[in-house]
Amino acid sequence: MMDTTLQEFADKIGHAAASGTPLRLRGGGSKDWYGQDVQGTVLDTTAYRGITDYEPTELVISARCGTPLAEIEAHLAQHDQMLAFEPPYFGPSATIGGTVAAGLSGPRRQAAGAVRDFVLGAVLLDGRGELLHFGGKVMKNVAGYDVSRLLAGSLGVFGLIAEVSLKVLPKPVAECTVRQPMTQGEALRRLNEWGGQPLPVSASSWHDGVLTVRLSGARSAVEAARLRIGGDALAQADADAWWGALREHDAAFFAEAAQGLWRLSLPSAAPALALPGTQLIEWGGAQRWLRTDADAATVRAAASAAGGHATLFRGGERDVGVFQPLAPAVLALHRRLKTTFDPAGVINRGRMYKDF
Amino acid sequence: MNAPISPETGAVSHREATAALLAVLPARCVRADPEDTRPYECDGLAAYRQMPMIVLLPEDEAQIIAAIAVCRQLGLPIVPRGAGTGLSGGAMPIAGGVVLSTARLNRIVRLDPLSRTAVVQPGVRNLAISEAAAPHGLYYAPDPSSQIACTIGGNVAENSGGVHCLKYGLTVHNVLRVRMVTTDGGIVELGSEALDAPGLDLLAVAIGSEGMLGVVTEVTVKLVPKPRVARVVMASFDDIVKAGDAVASVIAAGIIPAGLEMMDRLSTQVAEEFVHAGYDTQATAVLLCESDGIAEEVEEEIARMSEVLSRCGATALSVSRDEAERLRFWSGRKNAFPAVGRISPDYYCMDGTIPRKHLAHVLQRIEEMEQTYGLRCANVFHAGDGNLHPLIMFDANAPGEFHRAEQFGADILELCVEVGGTITGEHGVGIEKINSMCVQFSRAELDAFLAVKRAFDPAGILNPDKAIPTLHRCAEYGRMHVRHGQMPFPNLPRF
Repeated sequence: MMDTTLQEFADKIGHAAASGTPLRLRGGGSKDWYGQDVQGTVLDTTAYRGITDYEPTELVISARCGTPLAEIEAHLAQHDQMLAFEPPYFGPSATIGGTVAAGLSGPRRQAAGAVRDFVLGAVLLDGRGELLHFGGKVMKNVAGYDVSRLLAGSLGVFGLIAEVSLKVLPKPVAECTVRQPMTQGEALRRLNEWGGQPLPVSASSWHDGVLTVRLSGARSAVEAARLRIGGDALAQADADAWWGALREHDAAFFAEAAQGLWRLSLPSAAPALALPGTQLIEWGGAQRWLRTDADAATVRAAASAAGGHATLFRGGERDVGVFQPLAPAVLALHRRLKTTFDPAGVINRGRMYKDF
Repeated sequence: MNAPISPETGAVSHREATAALLAVLPARCVRADPEDTRPYECDGLAAYRQMPMIVLLPEDEAQIIAAIAVCRQLGLPIVPRGAGTGLSGGAMPIAGGVVLSTARLNRIVRLDPLSRTAVVQPGVRNLAISEAAAPHGLYYAPDPSSQIACTIGGNVAENSGGVHCLKYGLTVHNVLRVRMVTTDGGIVELGSEALDAPGLDLLAVAIGSEGMLGVVTEVTVKLVPKPRVARVVMASFDDIVKAGDAVASVIAAGIIPAGLEMMDRLSTQVAEEFVHAGYDTQATAVLLCESDGIAEEVEEEIARMSEVLSRCGATALSVSRDEAERLRFWSGRKNAFPAVGRISPDYYCMDGTIPRKHLAHVLQRIEEMEQTYGLRCANVFHAGDGNLHPLIMFDANAPGEFHRAEQFGADILELCVEVGGTITGEHGVGIEKINSMCVQFSRAELDAFLAVKRAFDPAGILNPDKAIPTLHRCAEYGRMHVRHGQMPFPNLPRF
């Protein structure tokens, strides 16, 4: 028997599919602004909530989609564990379902991995109202295609992610943040060189001539790395405030502005981009935030030339397409997969790309 | 003109197929004589064999595209193959079909120490990547036991792990980009040289897809710094429950060991007789718990691990003093399979994953099954990630024994599903566990997998009939989908 709340969701999806009425899935609504504009009747997932399984020694937590992210993090913290991908909330109402669907990761991503790296299993209520279980609650599982990781960052286009199981990790024993002045080119070079050495760098940022690096791990490893990397150590409260502000885009760089905010995902060693505007670099050089007056074509061409892609993350002229256009063969796969899980094409239609 | 498909059977004759393939490939890339194709009749799961019609050994991507086009036109099924070391029959040929080996695409295209990536062709061996990266202090982290022979293309197909994957991840965590040819002749690039790519994460689906979605022609892997030092703690326990609790306590203490392995008494004894690793043969279970990193960090972690293991009732504890001793401690575990092979004419290696807390229960049930089937079973366990390898011993020459071993194995996998685990942790489904898929997944879920396959391979010619069972197959197998120990429609009577 399906849970009654889930059954209600399934019925709504079934009606929407039968009548061809677009549905818009929403958890806490904290990331409503992310992705393409999407029309449709809102299906609010927040009633389906609660941690369903958590045993710290198994390193796995399972929760229903509407569970507040804050509740999950607080629960894990009681056992000195964490979601190692440091997901941004972008508002107190953030849910775990929305976190997985948005697929966004925070500062620790460079060392620990992204949301998709921690997804072990998911339950999907697809566009036909069918309840499908993929993956599981164990670390190693190669039975069937890995559809659960595919759901991370899918922006709900396959249906409602009803429940997820995530790998969790212990919090590091020690952390230390150091800061030093540096040019962008020098910072990119050093970050990549450090990445090739056994140093416990867990986060990094460069902006306006200042490089900030966080070290996490065993006490002795953090201490040895601090001496090696140099710079001035920040007080713990200041360090937490800095990484928190980056994670939540509360830092001054991210404050609302007339210009759009671009997210450039590049090979970490790509040289400094000669684009107009200001930049903030994270993830050892692999994530670069850009405020610019340059048009979308210019930004995307520069990102592509460097081996990456550009997303119009927030604001700006969004009719250029929020996400970088796909190669035709890859777009064809997207369309076919969309048809597989949502044959009527009614769930979060157009949230990722206009044509599905 | 293309060779016609014979109207009666839909099958293409050997002669027609060979001629059509020779028209697009050099003769040195086409093997059509049984004498030459015999080595490809099985992969690492040698109990399952099937002669292919033709074996192709293309040398570049253009030849792969040309070969696939011919196979599509003729309706010939294609089984992609790396080194053929897989343990689930994923590369076992299909009758009347083609084996497409990527072994000759074996070039490391580029290795960039600054960005810590390597671009490699699919036939490059796993260990060859680490060897090429070694001068830069880097390596490719996933280290399946077959790493001297297995190729990165095969690793992508199987999402291979290794003894270090709790800390360093599986193939899916260490591959940035895959380029592959689909059966419609298209080339798709999944992932990118950056940490993510626009759109859906199709890379995650391609990795572990058992050669059913596309033929991999190039892979970009991540390289990571080689740890300076590694040391291992070896601990004995007189009780399996205590050993299981010790594993949980290490994790609860906030430690993620670089490796965490458990062996039961039988596997400990046979391994000790074989390689003299210094194992405690009186122990009910032996744990190996490894730490790696810089010297100070390892010292700190080994001290914490030792303290936890002692507190959990270890009856003996030794820490490797140098690299030679560390390798000796590991030698028993790494030789457990051949050690079992010494005391039994044949053995059958299973590969289920369970939530660790059920270990004692599962081992006890396996002991009961040993009685039921009249066969012995040794157990080795990737304890950190719950991946259990029961080694069922049998004699293929004794009538009925292989069948009993297969039944025993299927029962173990069903037990893994019953306690909330999975039928395969790292070996893949292939042909071996395809029936057990009917137990783990519902019909709707299996249909979703088949639809994913169709999205990539509309012609359905790429490794068909592997990994995902059809409705017909599950009906024939006759076992029901089980979830949380519950049968579907529990209130309906069953006869």
